[in-house]
Amino acid sequence: METVKTPQKLLVTVSPHIKSEETTARIMWSVNLALLPATLMGVYFFGPLAALTVALSIVSAVIFEYLYQRALKKPIATNDGSAFLTGLLLGLNLPPVVPFYIPIIGSFVAVVITKQLFGGLGYNVFNPALIGRAFLLISFPKLMTVWKEPTAAFVQIDAKTTATPLGILKEEGLGKLIEVFGDTANLYTQLFVGHRAGSIGETSAIAILIGAAFLIYRGYISWHIPVSFLGSAAIIAWIFGAKGALFAGDPIIHLISGGMLIGAFFMATDYVTCPAVKTGQLIFGAGCGILTMIIRLKGGYPEGVMFAILIMNCFAPLIDRGFKTRVFGQLKAVKK
Amino acid sequence: MALLTFKGGIHPPDKKELAKNSPIIQQKPPKKVTIPIVQHIGAPCKLIVSAGQIVKKGEVIASPEGFVSAPVHSSVAGKVTAITEAVLATGRVVTAVVIENDMTEEWTSLKDNPDFMTLSADELKAKVKDAGIVGMGGAAFPTHVKLSPPKEKPIDMVIINGAECEPYLTADYRLMLEKPTEIVQGLQALMKILGVKKGFIGIENNKPEAVQKMQASVQGLSDIEVVPLEVKYPQGAEKMLIRACANREVPPRGLPMDVGVVVQNIGTTIAVYEAVRYGKPLIDRVVTITGEAIKEPKNLFVKIGTMVSELIEECGGFKAPAVKVISGGPMMGFALTSLEVPVTKGTSGIVALPEEEVMHVDKFGPCIRCGRCIEACPMGLMPFMLSILSEKGFYEDAKAYNLFDCFECGSCTYVCPSKRPIVQFVRLAKSLTKP
Repeated sequence: METVKTPQKLLVTVSPHIKSEETTARIMWSVNLALLPATLMGVYFFGPLAALTVALSIVSAVIFEYLYQRALKKPIATNDGSAFLTGLLLGLNLPPVVPFYIPIIGSFVAVVITKQLFGGLGYNVFNPALIGRAFLLISFPKLMTVWKEPTAAFVQIDAKTTATPLGILKEEGLGKLIEVFGDTANLYTQLFVGHRAGSIGETSAIAILIGAAFLIYRGYISWHIPVSFLGSAAIIAWIFGAKGALFAGDPIIHLISGGMLIGAFFMATDYVTCPAVKTGQLIFGAGCGILTMIIRLKGGYPEGVMFAILIMNCFAPLIDRGFKTRVFGQLKAVKK
Repeated sequence: MALLTFKGGIHPPDKKELAKNSPIIQQKPPKKVTIPIVQHIGAPCKLIVSAGQIVKKGEVIASPEGFVSAPVHSSVAGKVTAITEAVLATGRVVTAVVIENDMTEEWTSLKDNPDFMTLSADELKAKVKDAGIVGMGGAAFPTHVKLSPPKEKPIDMVIINGAECEPYLTADYRLMLEKPTEIVQGLQALMKILGVKKGFIGIENNKPEAVQKMQASVQGLSDIEVVPLEVKYPQGAEKMLIRACANREVPPRGLPMDVGVVVQNIGTTIAVYEAVRYGKPLIDRVVTITGEAIKEPKNLFVKIGTMVSELIEECGGFKAPAVKVISGGPMMGFALTSLEVPVTKGTSGIVALPEEEVMHVDKFGPCIRCGRCIEACPMGLMPFMLSILSEKGFYEDAKAYNLFDCFECGSCTYVCPSKRPIVQFVRLAKSLTKP
């Protein structure tokens, strides 16, 4: 082995001189990957038009991000995966069959208005995909509530429309919902697998849980928000979920229908728009769960996850102020 | 039993395998040494030799002025050839004495006193002070000052820091394997000086051989306990070590003595032993020369004032072009501007990194509030807020987020996925505002 000469130039920086391998892009792409099972199940149940909707949503989100950053001469950061993720989440939260301009308008609102105009990645107050969806729901209420029946037949394009399980539950009650699915066991099974009407990526509980397990295993999300979100929602569903009687509701139906799971694991856990401190995250998650159930049980919409998370997004900075970390040594020292 | 530790921290690759199996060897005697006369935190020393003077090994060449100061001794016998200026690892330029080694190794005076434990606490402390001992983990705070707590701060335990949590470094590890009895006797002397009945030796659990060796050496000593600690950076930070070993938390901006503890580094403890037993001043120390760019990583026993370049040569030179050479560990050490930097009392290691191991971070992204820095911060701070406030120039507001409680371990910066220079932002804010 040759000995190398003494270097003429040395790199001089201040400490620390080593850094972890983790990057923002790796985190974003991992979350995208974690949504793959839910995406595949959505396409399986709702057909190629659903795939097209998701694809349009992603492509337009990335293009809007690129155009905005170019126009304002900012560094182009489209390959960090965050615009892709916004597009993917928006697409997965759209009904399977929508006109082509719907995902494009949604992506514009999400990426340009909600994210970039607030300062870009890291500075947005609200979850961009959810604002995109809320904008669409309010602007195009009819188009955004046409629910295609799951067919699991990849070629079939003209499917019947139907109501979502939460819609049936709200309008006609639990009895009707069980009747539609045959019996309770079948209802649970179908909801769990995702064979039901709903937004493209929200229906399959099992697919979402697989992705969530991956994120938790890799440490990309912690349990705090999902557990407090789902836990508080389940408790309220159990106490107030049944008409006419307390403590007789069915929490399981509420947890695995609508956007509850994708919201709790993938939307409420968005780093930028949730509190950064763990205790604050518990409050944030509980707030999301409670608001979701208030909207579902008492509100005008059958589903409340989206508005619940958006409302709690407003409070995230406030929660961060109120629930700071305990500084080392701040309390009286523990003596043996 | 779960290992003792603190909350927060990070797990960087420890890279200790490069040098951990190389026993400590004496360096080849250097032809000359360049000894800076300021090697510690505190008041500078007064030069008391001049060019042309003949000095013996261990002779005082600069004497302390003020209490928080420590004398500097010659590490060789020979002739003072010049009084010059030297650049330290920190970039600071200080007066230095160049002494030509006559290779006789002739000591001023060195007397073995095996019954040193019969000396009084004050006599022992005087020996530590005269030996010019400072904290050898890197901070180089004069040891006798730590051993002189004010009356209103009673001390009841001494903790020896064997964590060596910085990646790459193995000097303390080798000392624990090779000089365990000296460490124990040094600790006993420290305990006598402070009049305390309880001593701990905290060692990270990735050094099981060191834990065993030290445990064997304290057999039958009821007042000394060897504590295996969880492997985690910065386990060796004083406050974290005290939390782990004694379950006490030093209050914000307080000192270990506020909770009745004095912490000493392994190398320092051995220096204390040698000072109280032989009257030997601190003129040499173990330095780990390591890193992927070094041909044969070694733990060298080095005279203070030896140039880093000579040590690297003694380790076979570079096997790959060194892009960055660090004095100390990669988490808190200083990148050298040149290899012509003398070893001082606080030089724990030299880490030479080739291109593959160097992180080039020219650009950083916005904070995505992922919270990794909060989880990593051993002080329980919210580093992301400090970095954002400092980035935007709100230095005063950063104080509401406990700016001055940060001791700059760099854990937040290590974990940040946006590669934000968080600890650098903290330093900036600290320098532009007052506590």
